[in-house]
Amino acid sequence: MIGASGPAARIGEPALRIDGPAKVSGAARYPADEPFAHAAYAVLVTSAIARGRILSIDLAQARGLEGVLDILTHENVGGEAKPPPPPGGHGEATTTLESDRIWHDGQIIAVVVAESLEAAEEAARRVRVAYASEAPSAGFDSPGAQIQLVKEAEPSHEDVRVGDPEGAFQTAPVKVEARYSTPIQHHNPMELFATTCAWEDARLTVLEPTQYVHGLRAALAMQLGLDPAKIRVVSKFVGGAFGSKGAPSSRTAWIAIAARRLRRPVKLVARRDQGFTIATHRAETRHHVKLAASRDGRLLAVVHEGQEVTSRPTPYNVSGNKTTAMLYGSPNIATKVEIVRADRNTPGFMRAPPETPYMFALESAMDELALALAIDPVQLRKLNDAAIEPVKRRPYTSRNLVACLERAAETFGWARRDPAPGSMRDGDWLIGWGCAAAAYPANIGAATARLRLSADGAARIELAAIDIGTGSYTILAQVAADRLGLPIDKIQVDIGDSDLPAAGLAAGSNHAAAISNVVARACETARMRIAAAATAPGTPFSGTDPAKLALRDGTLVGPDGRREPLGEALSRVSGGVLEIFQENNPAGAPSDGVRKVEHGQMAMARGSDLEDRAAYGFGAQFVEVRVHRRTAEIRVPRAVGAFAAGAILNPLTARSQLMGGMIWGISAALFEATEIDRRTARYVNTNLADYLTPVNADVGAVEVILVPETDRLCNPLGVKGVGELGIVGMNAAVANAVAHATGRRIRDLPIRIEQLL
Amino acid sequence: MKLDVMRPATIIDIGPLAGAHGAIEVLPGRLRLGALARMADAEAHPAIRRDFPVIAQSLRLAASQQLRNMATLGGNVLQRTRCPYFRDVGWEACNKRRPGSGCAALQGVNRRHAVLGVSDACIAAYPGDFAQALAALDASVELAGPGGSRRMPFEALHRPPGSTPHLETTLQPGELITGFDIATEPWMRRSLYLKVRDRASYDFALASAAVALDLSAGRVREARIALGGVAARPWRARRAEAALAGRLLDEAAAVEAARAAFEGAVTHGDNAFKAELGRRTLVEALLTAAQLEA
Ligand SMILES: Cc1cc2nc3c(=O)[nH]c(=O)nc-3n(C[C@H](O)[C@H](O)[C@H](O)COP(=O)(O)OP(=O)(O)OC[C@H]3O[C@@H](n4cnc5c(N)ncnc54)[C@H](O)[C@@H]3O)c2cc1C
Ligand code: SF4
Repeated sequence: MIGASGPAARIGEPALRIDGPAKVSGAARYPADEPFAHAAYAVLVTSAIARGRILSIDLAQARGLEGVLDILTHENVGGEAKPPPPPGGHGEATTTLESDRIWHDGQIIAVVVAESLEAAEEAARRVRVAYASEAPSAGFDSPGAQIQLVKEAEPSHEDVRVGDPEGAFQTAPVKVEARYSTPIQHHNPMELFATTCAWEDARLTVLEPTQYVHGLRAALAMQLGLDPAKIRVVSKFVGGAFGSKGAPSSRTAWIAIAARRLRRPVKLVARRDQGFTIATHRAETRHHVKLAASRDGRLLAVVHEGQEVTSRPTPYNVSGNKTTAMLYGSPNIATKVEIVRADRNTPGFMRAPPETPYMFALESAMDELALALAIDPVQLRKLNDAAIEPVKRRPYTSRNLVACLERAAETFGWARRDPAPGSMRDGDWLIGWGCAAAAYPANIGAATARLRLSADGAARIELAAIDIGTGSYTILAQVAADRLGLPIDKIQVDIGDSDLPAAGLAAGSNHAAAISNVVARACETARMRIAAAATAPGTPFSGTDPAKLALRDGTLVGPDGRREPLGEALSRVSGGVLEIFQENNPAGAPSDGVRKVEHGQMAMARGSDLEDRAAYGFGAQFVEVRVHRRTAEIRVPRAVGAFAAGAILNPLTARSQLMGGMIWGISAALFEATEIDRRTARYVNTNLADYLTPVNADVGAVEVILVPETDRLCNPLGVKGVGELGIVGMNAAVANAVAHATGRRIRDLPIRIEQLL
Repeated sequence: MKLDVMRPATIIDIGPLAGAHGAIEVLPGRLRLGALARMADAEAHPAIRRDFPVIAQSLRLAASQQLRNMATLGGNVLQRTRCPYFRDVGWEACNKRRPGSGCAALQGVNRRHAVLGVSDACIAAYPGDFAQALAALDASVELAGPGGSRRMPFEALHRPPGSTPHLETTLQPGELITGFDIATEPWMRRSLYLKVRDRASYDFALASAAVALDLSAGRVREARIALGGVAARPWRARRAEAALAGRLLDEAAAVEAARAAFEGAVTHGDNAFKAELGRRTLVEALLTAAQLEA
């Protein structure tokens, strides 16, 4: 539980993180930090081949080591758990210890448990595995990889078709047709993938960093055949997730089983290299984009076809052309998505899963179109702005893309750009300025919360929300302080525990909206109860409309300014302590949304899928790159992003999210790529020395502009979410800047020296 | 060791030898660097920064400050390759790790592999930076072993991979590096280390060049060049040096020297760009060094 101090508290004010002191002083315990008396240590053994079967596992040498307690393999525990639900929810999951089958490189095939980490590590090295190996398919263009239309694998998938895109493309005066690709990428959150399981009286406690405690609980209950009420999942702090801790993990059930067999707590912290294969990743994608326009720059056709790699059994895909299809007004639009099944681990959510790769393709193509038209890239985007989304012709709840473009362009100094590629220089450095638009749906999930208000004016908020470093603790305290009229240091926030009221998944940029709205409603319910009691006959506000009473400065305030201390007002309600259990099922979510989140399922109103409107946050990103004319080294001295994302609950935490997204976008454009050995379908650079992410020296000035926006149609608080928006346009903005600097259009990420020599 | 590539039966801590072999001595006409001196200390040494910028820069651009605070000069020159097939024991074929097993990198992921001095048995790149400065400055390496002390040119320390890439150095069993010795010249002030890499810091070289120039009225009396990131071992580019001798150091001369340096380069797929990048890196380094005040 976390409480705060500090002056700023109202919604929209820059309150400092209430969990900040605990984090910087080391008092905040991440799941793997939690001490357990008598814990045993687990180490994973993973597969050295990508496809085949295990013929035999020789444990003799490992078992002989002192301190080894148990070794789990498919032979001794395979039948004790079912596989978790697959990422994306369609098809089958890749298995781990359930059978002898190997689906991918680095698959978990045994769990060694010992008295010490050292003994477990040494024993894991001594496990000898004999495989019947089969030739694997590594990905695109590999023999044996199976190409399939997404709509065949996933019946609910819809490709877009509006008008006559082929015909319009044929006859259009100006067109661009190009192919783009993005690489395999891994989240690599600082915190490793860790799980501790402990049983007490047939009740299982799981400590694991996760984005969804109820989701993990439900999956485990299904896998182990347990009543969910017998499982508690705790995740108070998460050291970065970015999507990698969203889907139920394949490791957790085996750690639970190990703990049950040994009758003592078992702790696992998987190694960094194992994180590349035991969790999800961003799969490589390929794009075929066709844009057609009139000579004055109006889009006549948008065609965006995507291809994505996935595992053999799971048709996971991100299908980001759902967003690219509706970004600009065009009378003719078509999309198509194919998956390519290969012998790989299943991909999953990774920051703006659909938009990051697909917007790279579209927004690069828009830049190419601007060049072909000789129209300024900002102007081209403004020309094709759409008040009504062009696919299903729904109005946007709000759309301030143009304002974002204008604000960012002005701050960046875009007007000083010489449009000719290769024309701007500083000594040996070629300078390039590029821009791109960003869009991300405004999602909001169903959630529940408990609010307890006591006579001394202290409040406690309890819900199974998650703070993946985003600031959930802080914005919850702010919302409660604002709505209850209390100082922020009177608010205690307890989250990250499946024993608390369900609050859904911290992903898809929905969480801030979901948890702030439910807590705001809980506060409103409390205010109504207090106000109703205070306006009854014979009470101080008797005869006043209860709707006109407000909670402010620790008092109940009437329309005439009369005040009553909160404690006194509260004493009229349920013995001076008020407890509210609040449900919030947002418009557009499944009607049984609350039940769904309580059962660990997804229940979201997605801004892209609403019947009568489209709700998106928008942004515009501008980047300067410098490319050395001789060595082709690429540097990014500055980037400016402007974002219109509804109500900003806290500009400090919002700015950090957007800035982090922008930095990651630079990283994705220039550095990040998981290399795969095509012959063996094994990842090669599974460490942070070889999987490059930027260091401080790679990131110059990053400026975030929050464009004011009021949108009461997306949800009552008007919160659109900022977790993913910041990364969306960056890949294209960097590539467009490189094209401007050098005259060379790089369509395959990451952009590296060798492409520019 | 942590990666299970080596499983030594015994580990000896040579840290206590730092007292005897950890000094940095700037003497008239000589620079002595103890093998146990820390990278960070050598890099920060004012005389080294002033008189031998190539040494200070090769150290400063290596690894991170935290690593340099711990790592020694002797350990740095003996660091092993970053070839991922060598560093992950899950791969069967690696002649360096398991002699005779083949080389998984030849047709594998080899963007960071070497193009100079490679063999059919191994194309691993030597990853270090400081060694290029030593090679360029004609350093000697001082050794001590059961049979007594000896010294040899630093260039003779690392072996070419040939058909025995598992044999990386000419150290005899039980032999330690005690220090490095350089006969110094005033013109070594005109020296630099240029390192080209994907990110701006904390990254191994894709291509690097250690350059020291003795110029007289713009003409090259002596050029010393060593190349990193592109070669199987610390790599002195003698043909490039010869191409410059007596010439005016202009762009044409630099380009010609760079061409000479990469004659005979052998590329394998992903690393095809490295010869070109290596040439450009050397041209840039030579032209920049020519502008320095000596
Ligand atoms: C992530 C990362 C990035 C790096 N980046 C770079 C880089 O960009 N450029 C660069 O140059 N280096 C880089 N390094 C290497 C680093 O600078 C160190 O040189 C390296 O880690 C060796 O450190 P050490 O001194 O502790 O040597 P050790 O690990 O102690 O020794 C290395 C080897 O040398 C042997 N050895 C050590 N001293 C002696 C001696 N006196 N006589 C005989 N044998 C000896 C040891 O037995 C061992 O086999 C990087 C390292 C890491 C981990
Ligand atoms: S390049 Fe050398 S180190 Fe790498 S796999 Fe081949 S033999 Fe081994």
